[in-house]
Amino acid sequence: MGESTESPLAGRELLETGLREIEGSRTASDLDEVRVRYLGKKGLLTQQLKSLGALPAEQRPEAGQAINRAKKKLQESIDARKQFLQKAALDADIEAQAVDVTLPGRGQSPGGPHPVNRTMGRMEEIFRRAGFAVYSGPEIEDEFHNFEALNIPEQHPARAMHDTFYFPSGHLLRTHTSPVQIRAMHQDGVPIRMIAPGRVYRCDSDQTHTPMFHQVEGLVIDEGISFANLKAVLHGFLETFFERRVELRFRPSYFPFTEPSAEVDVSWGEGWLEVLGCGMVHPRVLEHVGVDAERYTGYAFGMGVERLAMLRYGVDDLRLFFDNDLRFLKQFC
Amino acid sequence: MIFSETWLREWVDPQIDTESLVHELTMAGLEVDSVEPAADSFSQVVVGDVTSCAPHPDAEKLTLCRVSTGQGDELQIVCGAPNVRAGMKSPVALVGARLPGDFRIREAKLRGVESQGMLCSEKELGLGEGADGIMELSDDAPIGADVREYLQLDDSIIDIDLTPNRGDCFSLLGIARETAVMSRLDLNWPTLAEVAPAAEDDFPIEVLAPGACPRFCGRVVRGIDPTAKTPQWMREKLRRSGLRPIHPVVDVTNLVMMELGQPLHGFDLGQLHEGIIVRFAKAGESLTLLDGRVVELDEDMLVIADHSGPRALAGIMGGENTGVSEATADVFFEGAFFSPDVISGRARRLGLHTDASLRFERGVDPEGQRRAVERATQLLTEIAGGHPGPLLEVVSEDELPRREPVTLRRDRLAKVMGTTVEDQEVERVLAALGMSTEKTDLGWTISPPSWRFDIAIEEDLIEEIARVHGYDSIPETPERGDVTFRPVTESRVPENRLPRCLMERGYQEVVTYSFVDTRIQSLLFPSASPISLDNPISSEMADMRVSLWPGLLNVLRQNLSRQQDRVRVFESGLRFELKGGEIRQLPTLGGLIAGPRYAEQWSAKADSCDYFDLKGDLEALFSLTGEPDRFRFEAAEHPALHPGQAARVFRGDGEAGWAGAVHPRILSSIGINIPAYLFELDVNIAFQSVVPEYRGISRFPAVRRDIAVLVDERIPSELLVKESYEGGGSLLREVRIFDVYRGERIDSGLKSIALGLILQETSRTLTDGEVDDIVSAVISRLERNLKAKIRD
Repeated sequence: MGESTESPLAGRELLETGLREIEGSRTASDLDEVRVRYLGKKGLLTQQLKSLGALPAEQRPEAGQAINRAKKKLQESIDARKQFLQKAALDADIEAQAVDVTLPGRGQSPGGPHPVNRTMGRMEEIFRRAGFAVYSGPEIEDEFHNFEALNIPEQHPARAMHDTFYFPSGHLLRTHTSPVQIRAMHQDGVPIRMIAPGRVYRCDSDQTHTPMFHQVEGLVIDEGISFANLKAVLHGFLETFFERRVELRFRPSYFPFTEPSAEVDVSWGEGWLEVLGCGMVHPRVLEHVGVDAERYTGYAFGMGVERLAMLRYGVDDLRLFFDNDLRFLKQFC
Repeated sequence: MIFSETWLREWVDPQIDTESLVHELTMAGLEVDSVEPAADSFSQVVVGDVTSCAPHPDAEKLTLCRVSTGQGDELQIVCGAPNVRAGMKSPVALVGARLPGDFRIREAKLRGVESQGMLCSEKELGLGEGADGIMELSDDAPIGADVREYLQLDDSIIDIDLTPNRGDCFSLLGIARETAVMSRLDLNWPTLAEVAPAAEDDFPIEVLAPGACPRFCGRVVRGIDPTAKTPQWMREKLRRSGLRPIHPVVDVTNLVMMELGQPLHGFDLGQLHEGIIVRFAKAGESLTLLDGRVVELDEDMLVIADHSGPRALAGIMGGENTGVSEATADVFFEGAFFSPDVISGRARRLGLHTDASLRFERGVDPEGQRRAVERATQLLTEIAGGHPGPLLEVVSEDELPRREPVTLRRDRLAKVMGTTVEDQEVERVLAALGMSTEKTDLGWTISPPSWRFDIAIEEDLIEEIARVHGYDSIPETPERGDVTFRPVTESRVPENRLPRCLMERGYQEVVTYSFVDTRIQSLLFPSASPISLDNPISSEMADMRVSLWPGLLNVLRQNLSRQQDRVRVFESGLRFELKGGEIRQLPTLGGLIAGPRYAEQWSAKADSCDYFDLKGDLEALFSLTGEPDRFRFEAAEHPALHPGQAARVFRGDGEAGWAGAVHPRILSSIGINIPAYLFELDVNIAFQSVVPEYRGISRFPAVRRDIAVLVDERIPSELLVKESYEGGGSLLREVRIFDVYRGERIDSGLKSIALGLILQETSRTLTDGEVDDIVSAVISRLERNLKAKIRD
């Protein structure tokens, strides 16, 4: 309002009142009321424009300009005020929307895998990446696949050592995952590189035995497969599994389906811990599935999943795995 | 196999300590299970000589003894043992001695008489069970000698877990052979002299089953001293082999078995009628065994009989009537080779497990019988005198196991081991193992020794070379494989997606036993025919599960009792059923929810979860198949489920599973006091998957119209949706149920369902007229087919 313009109809006063009212408006609707009062069709300034005709002709242009200037001023002021009020309203909204960001979030929190399956899944992944295919087989097995084909004929002392669960039909619960070897070779022949993870059963229950547990069986048959290859694959697996360097100790042992056979200990603290059994596939096992044992050789191994899970996660009681206490299970997200 | 280290060292004595010896045995394939001290620690116990005995003045049962320990004055010791007598030698715990159990010996007065030490029983020294008197040491025991040294008690008892192929190691001889091979030493055989017959005694032996018993050796020893006692050294050796001294004849046979691996039996000759007959049992025969048990004999059981009937179960256990006793004067030793085939399984069938059957089952040396009988005769006559007759033997050479020569090829050895072993080393190992070797162009022809039953094929020899040469010396060689591709299918949901999906939705995976409680299972599935185990661990684990539900409910019950009030769990695994006589093993996914919908949280109401939480989770799983619309829930009845909240789940026409609330009566009968919801799906039916096929996305806007209809409460909402689609035709893309209302504002028996109809044409924008027509078509179909009324 730098220019001094005398409104013949007390324009100046009107303008200043208008400007004060604009400044005094608190909300968008207050402001709109002010706009209508001054600038609307029946607004005060509009009426002044209409009343110009009453003025002498020589005064009209000047008075008209003054009214238009006042209108323009008021409109500018209204626009500015409008922007200000909008911003203030948004600021107020934003302030009102503030939350306590430290309060807990909402919704389902994820569950997790059972530690045995978590371990078995990890073993599977390690072997898959190394080129092993994953097979599965039935848990209710027959004598042929669980024993005979694995060179454990009836009356063999190893049968008594297996503490087998039997059914009246003569079927049994598989005592190891080794029968899957036989099924896999029957199905797909050789060469083969496979593992078979799964549940196995022995009629034994105490502090260190549960009547059900899990194994991962491995089998590789090809031309030129040797004990030296077996040593390399197991060392590679165990170091990958434990994510650190480990020493292995191969101890001579006996399994009817491998020869030579070994039990493998892994260096653990000051001593050794047995982790698996393995060996070169017995020629009679290959004969059972019609594989030429002169041309093909191979190795097999069997690992206890609970054993590896206990070592990996520091679980000190086997029975916890089948207690399914949520306070235990939830530790293995 | 339990034995004493000191005893082993009599045969072969490598210059290494116990720890190294144990390591060496383990690395030879004889896994050492434990090493225990031969005797608990005690000190200041010496050999004492009881020089005189007198009754205690004030106590009838006590004796005043004077005992010389070779040093200083004789000690006055009050002793309560009935067997104490002047002239015997016995261990004396001196004043200041410390006995097992931290028992200290002090000077004491017993009924007013001073006692300067204690004469000790075996039990007091921790050497055995003998507590009925003080321990009697042999006459030549040096007076004053430390008893630990005299009895060589600073010894270790080693327990080896033998593998089934190494029956030859069920003896000191076998362990010593292995030790000698591993430490490159020779074996010191004990003096095994043949005992010359002192009498002409013969006893008829008839072997009617030569295939089962190719060699039978016997010997008569007449006139032994029935009062003879087993000497201390033998008692100690037996004790350290885990055997109890019983009677000199039994002790001698046990000692020889431990020493040479050949089980022997000593009969009371006076009780045998006319002669020995080795034959199979006849139907209806029975026998009273040494342990007093009467067993009915099967016709495949071999017996040692005389002319009055079976007298012993061959290779397993002797009979009570012909066993030796304190009255036995004449003995008949039996030492036979029984074929493993006729022994194995029989003992187990009778619930017996004896040292003899264990050895015969695994196979004893068919050449070892004479040696063992000679050794037994020698030991018995040393202890109890008597006149041995000639060694009797009935042998069927043709029936003895034949050790065929085995070929070992140099190339094959290298191929299997993955490394080359020098010829010289191969020959050293073979020779050390007692194999006679003949070199050929390709390798060797080998005749295994008689005791190595397990050597029959080339691999057996390869194992021997690898084992003795050392597994450590085999390198680690990574394989080089060909690149091969295996099928990767998209026709089923990837294996780990299902558990993943449930875990993300808050489910915890569990693993429960595949066998379950018969009672609980039949409560849930009264008409199922489960497969029952012959030999369950307990009735809680007797039947194979026909469903994952018994296990899941058990998990719920257990966790509720542990203050876990919110349970969301699932399991994947096989369930088992018998269908038309065929065992079916079905991959199954099952889950359970109970308790609050969400974990307690400041902004959520603590509502209990319900059927629709479960169903939402299932719908999430079904969406993984790419064909969620193919799934259908149908109200149905299931004995385990709430009659008003049970659904059978279909995929197309396939029965994919069940979902619903657990029947309240079942919950209360298994002690669960909150509602629980279960699902179970047949993985093979539910989780086939389709390869996604791209369809164009419409660029034109969709139109939504909402309608609300009143229908009979019993009409499933799914039917409304289905009829809407039928009525709406191909431009009706989606029908959503966005509200369901029952209550005051509408008549009872009715419900109001609000449907959102979404319409779209892919090639243009629909006109209002078209939309109105479709909506009217939907409405009139609902009115016509479901008697629906439109609400305004």
